[in-house]
Amino acid sequence: MSRRDVTLLIVIVVLAGLSLFIDLNISHPAWFENLMFWRPQGARTLDIRQGLDLRGGLKVLLAADLPEGQALEPTAMQTARQIVESRVNGLGLTEPVVQAQGERRIIVELPGIEDPELAVETIRGTALLEFIDTGGVYLEPGTIVTTSLGGPRTVVTPTATPTATTGITTTPTPTATLAPTPSPTATTSLTSTAEMTPTTPLTPTTEVTPTTASPVYETLFTGAGLVDVSLARNQQNVYNIPFTLNEEAAQKLAAFSTLHAPPPGQDGYYPLCIVLDKEVISCPVIQSAIPDGRGTITLGRATYEEARHLEIQLQYGALPVPLRVETISTVGPTLGEISVQRSVRAGIIGLSLVLLFMLVYYRLPGFLADLALLLYAGLNLAIYKLAPVTMTLPGIAGFLLSAGMAVDANILIFERMKEELRAGRSLETAIEAGFSRAWTSIRDSQISILIACAVLYFFGSNFGASMVKGFALTLAIGTVVNIFTAVVCTRTFMRLVFHLAGNWLRSRRWLLGV
Amino acid sequence: MFNIVEKRRWYFLIAGLAILLGIAAMVVSTVRFGSPVRLSIDFTGGSLFVFHFDGPADEAAVRAVLADHGLSEAIVQRLGREEENTWQVRTREAAANEVRDLLNDMEARVAPLNRDLLTYETVSPMVGGEVTRAAGIALLVSATIIIAFIWWSFRRVPHAFRYGVAAIAAMLNAVFIAFGFYALMGVLSGWEVDALFLTALLTVTAFSVQDTIVVFDRIRENLPRYRNEPFERVVNRSILETIHRSLATQLNAIFVMIAIILFGGETIRPFIATMLVGLVAGTLSSIFVAVPLVVAWELATRRRAAAV
Repeated sequence: MSRRDVTLLIVIVVLAGLSLFIDLNISHPAWFENLMFWRPQGARTLDIRQGLDLRGGLKVLLAADLPEGQALEPTAMQTARQIVESRVNGLGLTEPVVQAQGERRIIVELPGIEDPELAVETIRGTALLEFIDTGGVYLEPGTIVTTSLGGPRTVVTPTATPTATTGITTTPTPTATLAPTPSPTATTSLTSTAEMTPTTPLTPTTEVTPTTASPVYETLFTGAGLVDVSLARNQQNVYNIPFTLNEEAAQKLAAFSTLHAPPPGQDGYYPLCIVLDKEVISCPVIQSAIPDGRGTITLGRATYEEARHLEIQLQYGALPVPLRVETISTVGPTLGEISVQRSVRAGIIGLSLVLLFMLVYYRLPGFLADLALLLYAGLNLAIYKLAPVTMTLPGIAGFLLSAGMAVDANILIFERMKEELRAGRSLETAIEAGFSRAWTSIRDSQISILIACAVLYFFGSNFGASMVKGFALTLAIGTVVNIFTAVVCTRTFMRLVFHLAGNWLRSRRWLLGV
Repeated sequence: MFNIVEKRRWYFLIAGLAILLGIAAMVVSTVRFGSPVRLSIDFTGGSLFVFHFDGPADEAAVRAVLADHGLSEAIVQRLGREEENTWQVRTREAAANEVRDLLNDMEARVAPLNRDLLTYETVSPMVGGEVTRAAGIALLVSATIIIAFIWWSFRRVPHAFRYGVAAIAAMLNAVFIAFGFYALMGVLSGWEVDALFLTALLTVTAFSVQDTIVVFDRIRENLPRYRNEPFERVVNRSILETIHRSLATQLNAIFVMIAIILFGGETIRPFIATMLVGLVAGTLSSIFVAVPLVVAWELATRRRAAAV
């Protein structure tokens, strides 16, 4: 055994231990789960993520429904996705998925929901943009409120959503002020108001729960009153959003702003909160009276993305594109459970047969290949948990099939080895020749499988055919892992055995299946 | 040495017969259902329900409720045994707001519904057409890439083009047999083509090529080694040397797939069965179609050269 083999052996043992630890269905220490830096905080768990066909739930594929020939703005679709996502989050389900699919589709997965009508209603309903009088109270963005136009949508499951709170704590809320749009000559006057107090005198009182008796705020006007919204940046690199209101809304704002404008020379204190679907998105403070419905929201320390986000929300409080339901599918929760049980049973039976066959047909090398196959299964499972890969029924089939095929590389090698032994080569050269000569066949055949997987994955991602995607993904992961376990691991095992018991083996060639 | 290559005309005949059987099934299917294989709602658009009733439910009652909801043009099939009270219903596209009423009505007028076991799927006809087109493109693209890959990996062998063509012929043979099998099952037990069927076909192409590559790889290696032997002999030797591997590999794949078919989830059974048929057909056609084709081609060109 060379030093390289020893190193490899150590790597293999460590990997095996690590994947065993990950695979075990125990509660893993939090620091360990937090090592998964590529996943967002709060989603770092080592649970198998089950697809809708296994856990039950509802899937909806939505597409932009524009008349023939009308171009679709890429930002519009992105905005639509964000709006749909915030609505879905309002349902309080665990792990809902809202993803863009291709250029004009959105896929929504709602685990644990069964009523398609409720889901479609939630997703497609028009959002309500409101400007509310909070009575001088500054509300943190993200706060859920009840307005004179009604309360928040009833939430199906009352389970606390930790994701919502993290969203508030991580993003620093930019301060915003509201002032009349200056005429081109008045740019200097704007610079004087550009410095504003970052903190408002009234801090929000902890958390407002939507169900308990929270105050009802008066809606001054809704998004229907907005005529024009744009995004601009002044010389101090501070973003602002100039807007124009229609007559009715302008009158409301004129009265409101005149009442609450600060005395000349002082900073504003009274906020006008902007609420989207009963969720506060911004609370700019009135700087001065806005008599003609033409004002500007000046955003204190907002980044471009934050400013753009607010502009989009103001502009498209409702969905920026009409969405059409393309496919809906629901799976009852029990049905999924049955599928899981059956798949696991089928997998155990199938893989046991493979293990047995290899052992009987190839003896000692077969036993080593079995070890490699077990490692293969362990590594795959660990990758599914780490990545995470969403498991579906076809995904499980893809994994099982790849496991059945994984021994193909070993079979190629062992058959080659036998041939070399029969041709009279020494044990050592036969083993090495088996690995090196079989390599081109293994490589070429794996590449053709990976090609098919890539095409399938691409096809699956474009049509919300997550079944196809799941199969392609697990088969592809399996194929790559296979090269490591079937070639590298088995070879190292063989060298180890040969090193430890080479002489003993020479007189017992039947162990090699010859 | 057992001579496999010699009997090549027989293999071509058997492969041809298998394909003919498939074509016959497709013709029957076209006459009866309007397409060579029965298409699922993934392609045609429409809605599919599976109702599990907690109590006896008969077809007439189910149909009556459907008719009241404007879904009289429905295909209603019993799933499983009679006492399972499970019905699969395929209709035109049912809108989301119709579904709730339909389910409530089923419950009120047929038998209590087991909602934990309910599945419901709807696809708009528009996306159906698109899926069909994309499916065709996906098959073509992957076939093209795989052909290019074979051509590339055999670029140093004389007449690499022939190997490429032979590999494709074997691949098409396997795909055709899988397709014919599905058409047959469509006629016999109502299997419908869905996105998973396409997945099975693509997987079959990849694995069929894998088998062919292994045999060709051996021919590539043996040609310079046995320079004095006639071409057919070298080819035959290569087949015999690799046949153990092909059979052993197949056997393992078959173990796994049979286990899934017998014990696994019901919904993926047609998918796995198609793959099983395709994989077996793929291995057989790489040995008995691809390789004999290369030999036939070689001998034909030689004969022509001798005639000149």
